[in-house]
Order: sequence, then structure tokens, then C-alpha cells
Amino acid sequence: MKKINIRFKVNGRQADLNIAPNKRLLDVLRDDLGLTGTKEGCDIGECGACTVVLNGRAVHSCLILAAQANGAEIITVEGLTQNGELHPLQKNFLEHGAVQCGFCIPGMLLSSYALLKENPHPREDDIKEAIAGNLCRCTGYKQIIQAVEAAANENNE
Amino acid sequence: MRKKFSIVGKPVVRRDGLEKVTGQAKFADDINVPGQLYGVMVRIPVSHAKILSVDYSAVENHPAVAAICHAGDIPGAKKVGPIKQDQPVFCYDKVVTPGDVIAMLVGESEEELLKLRDLVKVEYEPLPVLTDPLKALKSDAPLIHPDQKSNLIVHHRLRKGDVDAGFAESDYILEQTYTTPFIEHAYIEPEAVIAVPREGDKGVHITGSIQNPFTTRKIVAKVLGFPLAKVRIQQAELGGSFGGKDDIMNILSARAALAALKTGRPVKIRYRREDSILESYKRHAYHLHYKVGFNKDGKIKAMKIDVVADGGAYSSMTPFVTWRTVVQATGPYETENVWTDVRGVYTNNPYTGAMRGFGSPQPIFAQESIMDEIAIQLGMTPDEIRRINGFKPGSVTATGHKLENHDVNLLTVLETAVTKTGFSEKWKKNQRRGKMLPDYAALEEISANPGPFILHKDDFLEPDEVYRKGIGLAVSFRGCSLGAEGVDAVAAYLSLQQDGSAYLLSGLAENGQGMRTTYSIVAAEVLGISPDDVFYLDLDTGYVGDSGPTVASRATLMGGGATRAAAEILRSRLENVLRQHWNLPENACFVFRDRQVYAENNPERKIAFAELCDLAYNQAVNLAAIGWYAGPKVHWDETVGQGPAYFTYVYGCQVAEVTVNIATGEVYVDRVVAVHDPGTVINLLGAQGQVYGGVTQGAGYGLWEEISVDKGFIRELNFDQYLIPTSKDIGEIVPIFVEGEDQYGPWGAKSLGEPTLELTAAAIANAVRNATGKRFFHLPLNLEEILLSKKLHPTSKNRGSA
Repeated sequence: MKKINIRFKVNGRQADLNIAPNKRLLDVLRDDLGLTGTKEGCDIGECGACTVVLNGRAVHSCLILAAQANGAEIITVEGLTQNGELHPLQKNFLEHGAVQCGFCIPGMLLSSYALLKENPHPREDDIKEAIAGNLCRCTGYKQIIQAVEAAANENNE
Repeated sequence: MRKKFSIVGKPVVRRDGLEKVTGQAKFADDINVPGQLYGVMVRIPVSHAKILSVDYSAVENHPAVAAICHAGDIPGAKKVGPIKQDQPVFCYDKVVTPGDVIAMLVGESEEELLKLRDLVKVEYEPLPVLTDPLKALKSDAPLIHPDQKSNLIVHHRLRKGDVDAGFAESDYILEQTYTTPFIEHAYIEPEAVIAVPREGDKGVHITGSIQNPFTTRKIVAKVLGFPLAKVRIQQAELGGSFGGKDDIMNILSARAALAALKTGRPVKIRYRREDSILESYKRHAYHLHYKVGFNKDGKIKAMKIDVVADGGAYSSMTPFVTWRTVVQATGPYETENVWTDVRGVYTNNPYTGAMRGFGSPQPIFAQESIMDEIAIQLGMTPDEIRRINGFKPGSVTATGHKLENHDVNLLTVLETAVTKTGFSEKWKKNQRRGKMLPDYAALEEISANPGPFILHKDDFLEPDEVYRKGIGLAVSFRGCSLGAEGVDAVAAYLSLQQDGSAYLLSGLAENGQGMRTTYSIVAAEVLGISPDDVFYLDLDTGYVGDSGPTVASRATLMGGGATRAAAEILRSRLENVLRQHWNLPENACFVFRDRQVYAENNPERKIAFAELCDLAYNQAVNLAAIGWYAGPKVHWDETVGQGPAYFTYVYGCQVAEVTVNIATGEVYVDRVVAVHDPGTVINLLGAQGQVYGGVTQGAGYGLWEEISVDKGFIRELNFDQYLIPTSKDIGEIVPIFVEGEDQYGPWGAKSLGEPTLELTAAAIANAVRNATGKRFFHLPLNLEEILLSKKLHPTSKNRGSA
């Protein structure tokens, strides 16, 4: 298969890639860029473990061809920490016990991140809706919801 | 609070949280080794067949194939299993379920191998497929494993008192049958493992999403014919397990190790979700028949229980899962006369093994449903009937175990839950409305004979009548840890450094539940330091003693006990150093707190913990210790099912409040109040997390989840069809802990993980009964079960829009 050139920004850094056109964004992030914080759980857009933020929206990187991300700005879990400071979401996930096995957490964080960008004052139902596409088998979601609420309050102070 | 702790019981941020929120945590598939190959499985689409021949000629010389691994490559055991060795690593004579694997193609490109695997030609002769365990028990049924006498895996019997006399003396007898489905663990991380051949005589090193590294090591060593010490298993960060990454990971590790040794290169296996659901084991589907004799005053006189568990294609943990069932099948109720049979049976369905709950969620659903039916028949409330029959201190269980020397908290958790929810009043109010669910049986006739379908006046529902509220409760007792299943002992290695920081490692494995943090808290509490001073090491079977599996909600109890023992050894050494240093008598006591140590009667005399470690180090004191915690002896007579099966128990009560939409059959869980008795809470955040997570999984079991099989083939191979709860599916969950004074574990801390899950489906079913006036006998209580009392399954295997 003839390879194609694509470029996009990941976590503020330009990435220039020469890749097979049938490669998924998930594979490019994990295999070509070594950003293994983005996880693969189901391959069909059901579990949300592969969620990244693409041009401000939370998307399933398993359902997007890398070529579709040409020219886009992408944020992965590795990009949430700024200058060594945890993002308020990360900090609150820790403090509220929102993390158990942690496999769903990168996706959870990015769905929550996209929510707070769009809606800095979410109600509980908004939070539930925003992470409804991110499956978690450990936590029952309660502490995750509390953490997102707390992060939103912190941002709004 | 009666207990004075500086850290125990408070909310503590997990020690491994930072790497998990930053994406740095290395799960098995995040680990890559230079030169690694991939392994891809070869299967045939059949549930039961004799393998006649396998022809690899189309792939064996293909440049993408570095090696083909099959049974012929195995130097050691070709079949493995935790109890009976009946599961082949690679099938060679028969295939007994569609998840079975005949061979593994190994090569650099997983993508290429996936295309090539269909070119392996397998000739086979299909055999009759057994999917009903009751039929599989018939004497003329074909044998799934011809080297065994029958398809019976195990038969546990419990005989206590005289059931016939008990029924004869009973005023009433109630007989009912319940069923529960296969359940997928649905850990979000699919299985992955990488095996690296080591230099010279060092054997093989395996890293993977492994729940029980010491079990995996045993299996891999047997398959390779290696001594145990030549196989080192390291646990990668584990993306959920719930009992599920045991047997499947043992076998995948063995396959990866075989291929690594055959090729001399690292070999990785990583499963896609479909592979994972297809091949991994499930929670047992149960068929439960209960006959209960009871008197007008509510007292239960006799119980006869007949349980058949679908073990699927391999025995796996079936003998132990069903053993817990036989011990706990009556529920926490005093019953003089009990006759229980629990049989585990081979079928051609996916095999079944350990899953959170381990043989308890199924009987709890049946037993708690029946208790409510008895209450209703006698005009009592559900809490009343449980007060009459529930275990009190000194009660004797069905296995003849007198409950003493621990907190028999059943009625305490019951009262706490009932009071918190205003249970009785709500229940009575809902109950008065009588039977309300329309009878949709007629729909059958309509669909069979679709003519003009006219709704009658009675068929219409006013909008405000559509939503019906219900409240229900369930209680349980649960034996902690392994009980009479086997050796029950755990090691913990604790090494203090010269500056007061510490390394800690237990032989149990972090499953995501927060065990590393729990142990760090235990060590920090004893030594008066902060959990942040404790650095937890990666679990590697080479570095710490075999501590058995991380199962049976035993991590806090057993591993916490071992960690406390290790910390106390070191504390005692440090105290000796201080006695000499300060010239104190041998009986002098010390307080270790806030990174300081001082003489108990003289707080002026103090030293920083770090300074004390430095002092000890310079005096050549050994600052590393191995703590060991072994469970007390338990006893079991398998002929009559009698004995003190477990050394201590926990008790729980959950109350579920639901809204049932009687037009659609949808059940929404408004609130679950979960009252549990974990002895002592070590980490409040972690304990709450166990409740939220367990209740949510339990609600999934109650309402949506089902692995259904069609002639042995699983229909739900991914999360588009296998529905686990999302953030929107469940209302409030309220965890309440009733603490006690148990003598075991660290300061009496016991089990919590499984108790939180086992009750929820039963509580929901009772709430639905309260809302609708109708009893449901078959989990899950999904829309069609509520409306039609049956399950509908797609007739076509095509998925999506295909």
C-alpha cells in the first residue's frame, strides 16, 4: 500500500508522518508516536478507552483514520500535564479515588476535558452524558463524576 | 471511634495513581521489546469435533511466519488446569468449545498473520453439541472429555438434620426454580502478554496482564517442563480482572513462552475484544431449585437445594466455585434441616471459572427471592422474615459451623440499611397496590397470528401509571478468603532504607483494587510514617514468596496481615536500637507517629524516624524483613458437607430502590444503600470505590448482562452487544460501613470486594417484585424479561448493519 504524508499537532508538538493510508489514529499515536497512554479496548467505538481530543472534541481514535486527522490539533492524556503541573482533572481524579485499575482513565480524562472546555459549569447529568461513552468496570463512575465536578468548581473559582 | 489510628480508615490517595492519570502506567500491551514477534491463534468454527488432520502447508514456508506452535511443541504438560488438568494449551485430539485453539502462528506482522491463519486447513468430524448441563448429565450423553467417566465435574453434597422430617413438620412448603446466565468479566483491558527468552540457563521471563503470577508460573513451568525458579512472571499494570485474568492468562503465557523458546525471540500475544470474549472463561450460569419448608411464625424448618452449574468445556475453578455455593446456599439463615446438592457439569459452552462473587451471586438471587416470597405469603415484611431466621452470634450454619469468635453482624447491617432507607414503610406502601404489570402473554398469540390488533380500554395506561416504584433488600454472609479450598498464606517483603523510606512488596497482585495503597497504609501505620514514604515494588515471582492467588477478597485480610507482620518485625528491631540508645529497660514502649518516634512515657525523648533508621543502619541492624501471615486451620468433611468452612465471615445488606416503566419493561435503579461489614476500613477512598464498583457490576448482572450461547457460540462478542453499565445507567449509591473487632487480618480488616457485588441483583429483583407485583425467576431482568418473562435473542449472527 502506498504510504502517504500527513501532519498534525499532538500535545502542542508538530508530528510529520509517512504512513499507510489505512492506519487508524489510535495506531499512529501508540505505535508511531509512542503515546501509549491512549488505550485500545474494543476497536468498535464502544468502550472509549481510546478517546482523544481532536480539534476540541472528544473522539474515538479507533474509529478515525490517521489521515482524517491531517492538519488537526490533538490532545492525548500525555498532554494534560502542563509544565509539570497536573491538570485539575488529573489532580481531582486522584483526590476523589476516581482511579482503580486505570485503564479507562486516559479516555475518561479526555472526555471530561472536552466537556469542561465546552461547558465550564456542567450539571451532574452533563457529566454523566459526557462520559457515557467511556466504559469503566471498576469504579461504578461515582468518584469519577465527583472528580469532574470538583475540577469544574476549581476552574470556576 | 473506638480505634485510634493515624492513617488507617482515612481517605488516602492511591500510591500508583500518578502514573495512571498521566498515561505513564505500563499495561501489558504498552510494553514492547526489540525484535518481538506476535502470536495469532488458529481456531475452527465448531463447538465439538474430533480433529482428523491439520495441514500447515499453505503457511509453513510463508515469509511472514517465523514459527508455528502446536501441541507437538510442548515438552511438558499438554493439558493444564488449576484442579483437574483437562484443558489443552493447544488442542490436538478434540475441540470442545468454539474458543479452543489448535495452533499459533508466530511472526513479525500481526496483520499478516491474521490473514494467514485462515489458510491452515483443519479436517474435523463434528460431534453432537451439548449446551444444556441437565442433558449433559444423562447417562447416554456423549462424553466431552472421553477420559472421564461422565460429564460431571464435581458433586458437592451437604446433609444436615433430616429434611424429610423438617418438611413434614412445616406448615407451608414453597418450591421455586431460578436461573442465572453466563457473565463476562468485561475488564476494559483485553489480555496481553510478552514472553522473553533469557540468556543461558535462566529460562523465560514473562510480563503480562496477569491476575495471579504464581499460578501462571506453575502452569508455564509444567508446560515447559521447567523448574519453577526458571520461570519468572512479572505483573504489568493490570487493567481490571475481577477474577478473569487467571486461567486464560496462564494458557496465553504458556503459549507465548513456548513460542519464545522455539524462536529464541520475544513473543507477544495481545487479544482483541472478540478474541477475549470468545476464549476467556465466564461466570457460571446456574440452574437453582429451592424447596423451603416454614412455619406460620416465619421460622424456616427445612431447605432442599439442588443446583446445577454450567462448567462449560473445562473444569477450571468449577469445583471451588461450586464449593462456595454449597457452603453458602441457604443464605444467612438458621436452618436445622438442610439437603444441598451442587453439581458442576461439562458442556460445549464457553468454560466457566472464577469471577467476582465466586459462586455466591447465583444462590443469593434465588435464596433472597424466596425469602421475600415467604414473607409475602405470611403477611410479613422482608426485614421481619430475616430478623426471625437471620444468623445471630452463636447461630449454626448449614455446614454445622457455630458462628462465634467474630462479629456476627447480620442483624446490625440489616437494621442499619432498613433504618437508613425507611424500608418497611416504603415496601408496604408499594405492596398495597397489588399486581400491576399487564399480562403480555397474549402478545405471543398476536405475533403468531398477526391480524387486526385492537387495544381494549383496559390495555391503556394513564401516563402517571407507567412508572412504578419499588424497594427491595438482600442480605448475605460470606466466608472470607479461601477457606477449605487450600493453602492460605501470604508473604510481604518490607525493606527500610537508611533515610526512612521503604520498599514494600507482597506476593499478592494489584488488580486495580488499590492493594498497593492498602499495604502502604498498613506499613506506614505500624512505623508511624506516611504511605508516601513507602515505594511499592513491581510484582515479580522472583522477588517474593508464593502467596497464592489474589482472589476470594483475601488481599486486605491476608496480605494486610503479612504486611503488618513485616512492619512489626522491623519496628521491634528499631525499638531495640532505641532501648540501647536511650538506655531504657526492656519493657520500655514507644510511639511511632508522624515520622517521629518517642518513648511512650516521655514524649520529650524523641527521634526522627529517618534518624532512627540511620542509627540502626550504622549499627548493622537488618532493616529488611519478610512478614508471613497464614490463615488458621479450617476443616471440611466432603461426604456430608460439614465443618467450619471459613475462619471468619462478613455480612452485608443492600437495599435497592427502583423505578419500573411497565410500558417498556425498563428498570432504573434510583438508589442502592449498601451496608457492609469489612471489619476495619483501611483506606476509606478505596473501600467506597469497592462499593460503588461492586454495586454497579451487580446491577449489570441484575438488569442487562448476559452471555448467551447458540449451540456453544457466544452471541455477544463485543461491547455493542454485551452491555455493561455506563455512567448514566444507575442512580445514587450510598456506602455505609459497620466496623467490628475481628481478630484476624490487620486490625480486624476483612473482605469487601465480592460482598459488594453479590447482593445487588437480588436486591433489585426484590424491588422489581415490590414495584410490579410479579416475581422474576431469570436474570437479567431486561426489558423482555419484565414484559414477556422470556429472553429474545437475534436469530441471525450478523452484527451491526451487515
